[in-house]
Amino acid sequence: MGQRTPIYTLHVDAGAKMVDFGGWDMPIHYGSQLEEHHMVRQDVGICDVSHMTVIDLRGPQAKAYLQHLLANDVERLEVPGKALYSAMLNETGGVLDDLIVYLDGDGYRIVVNCATREKDLAWMSQQTSGFDCQLHERPELAILAIQGPNALAKVSAVVSPERADLIAKLKPFIGAWSGEWFIARTGYTGEKGVEIILPGTDAQNLWQALVASGVRPVGLGARDTLRLEAGMNLYGSDMDESVTPLESNMAVTVSFEGDREFLGRARLEAQLGEGVERELVGLVLLERGVLRAHYPIFSGDQQVGEITSGAFSPTLEHGIGLARITVGADNLTVEIRNKRLPVQRVKLPFVRNGKQVYQLV
Amino acid sequence: MVEFSGDLHYAKSHEWVRIEDDGSVTVGISDHAQEALGDVVFVELPELQMVIAAGDEAGVVESVKAASDIYAPISGTVIAVNELLDDAPETVNTSPYIDGWFFKLQPDNLGDVQNLMDVNAYETFCENEEH
Repeated sequence: MGQRTPIYTLHVDAGAKMVDFGGWDMPIHYGSQLEEHHMVRQDVGICDVSHMTVIDLRGPQAKAYLQHLLANDVERLEVPGKALYSAMLNETGGVLDDLIVYLDGDGYRIVVNCATREKDLAWMSQQTSGFDCQLHERPELAILAIQGPNALAKVSAVVSPERADLIAKLKPFIGAWSGEWFIARTGYTGEKGVEIILPGTDAQNLWQALVASGVRPVGLGARDTLRLEAGMNLYGSDMDESVTPLESNMAVTVSFEGDREFLGRARLEAQLGEGVERELVGLVLLERGVLRAHYPIFSGDQQVGEITSGAFSPTLEHGIGLARITVGADNLTVEIRNKRLPVQRVKLPFVRNGKQVYQLV
Repeated sequence: MVEFSGDLHYAKSHEWVRIEDDGSVTVGISDHAQEALGDVVFVELPELQMVIAAGDEAGVVESVKAASDIYAPISGTVIAVNELLDDAPETVNTSPYIDGWFFKLQPDNLGDVQNLMDVNAYETFCENEEH
């Protein structure tokens, strides 16, 4: 038996197919992954992501510590509650994890992946050496993501008037406190929505209130196709310690401004000097079929890389994927069951706010 | 609940075979198989007139989760494929035993169906596979 979130029993009661996910018993779908995907694109869905790790950072040198730890610069967090997406790198520039950090009063709230929890905590703790700051993991907290064009209206209808008012005023990529709830306009779907970090019993009540108001649960299967359509990386599939952010479509999340000595900086600068050889790109399959992780990508007869994440896009109704390939490779094909099929490189994301973004030439 | 259709013969790779009045056979995948796959998004069917032996690959079914081969349950020649699945692959989920069929074979020897499982044997096979 794996670890269980406070919502576990509600998942089972809703008919979820539960699977092991990084040591947690999590819902992959509640009947149809496709329907759940469409629901988020067209209306609203609720997803339990309490398996993710919440860490609060406090102390007078919290900011200096994060400026050392992260490839992105928390200096960019100019207003309270603001969120920043960043890679956390090892000394050789490899991606240890990707995370969200919120400015939280004098401190910060950090959300990291579940499968990397132990590695991250060990690394983050080791790196506090020399900084007057403390990490506090918050395993008692749940996280609910409510996403979709009607997400804000649906959440506002079941919470207190004060919280509804707060949600109405929240700008994208900003979070705010309301009692013990931290409500943020963030997500992993490319739709409007909120992620709410809150105590377990409150999460159960909010889940039930939303379901009673007609919001349907969405499993981790749909969450994955939603994030892929939104052009967002998945740690462990699209990047890991063997690649740098410059090879992972994350260059814009690395801040080289000033002479800030962040972990991995020297390696990234050396790589920029030598020239980055590989890039992570979006691919669309031009024939019928599905792209899947590890399918090889060719340019002519030369293998130039492989798919890192692939799926059948429910919104676009064809195969899409992310692939790490040699910089500048063109005339691309993918090998599926010994057949080479043409793929076209497109600018990410594939889908934003329910609509196709790229143009096929 | 997973359904098991009584008048069919089943392969260990979860295809079903129905004997038609004209001596041809229709092939699809079981309700148990479609449920294990999840939402089907793409089906690759065999070519017409293709001659296949029992156990040969005869197509591919791709779900949101994975790609799985479809095998010929008995030997024969492909005489029809279900083109509905090109545009509506989800029919495999909604109607695995009727509208979601994959292809029809003219069998080399209709008696070969006796090598397959009947519904009771298949139901037991699925139960054992889950444990």
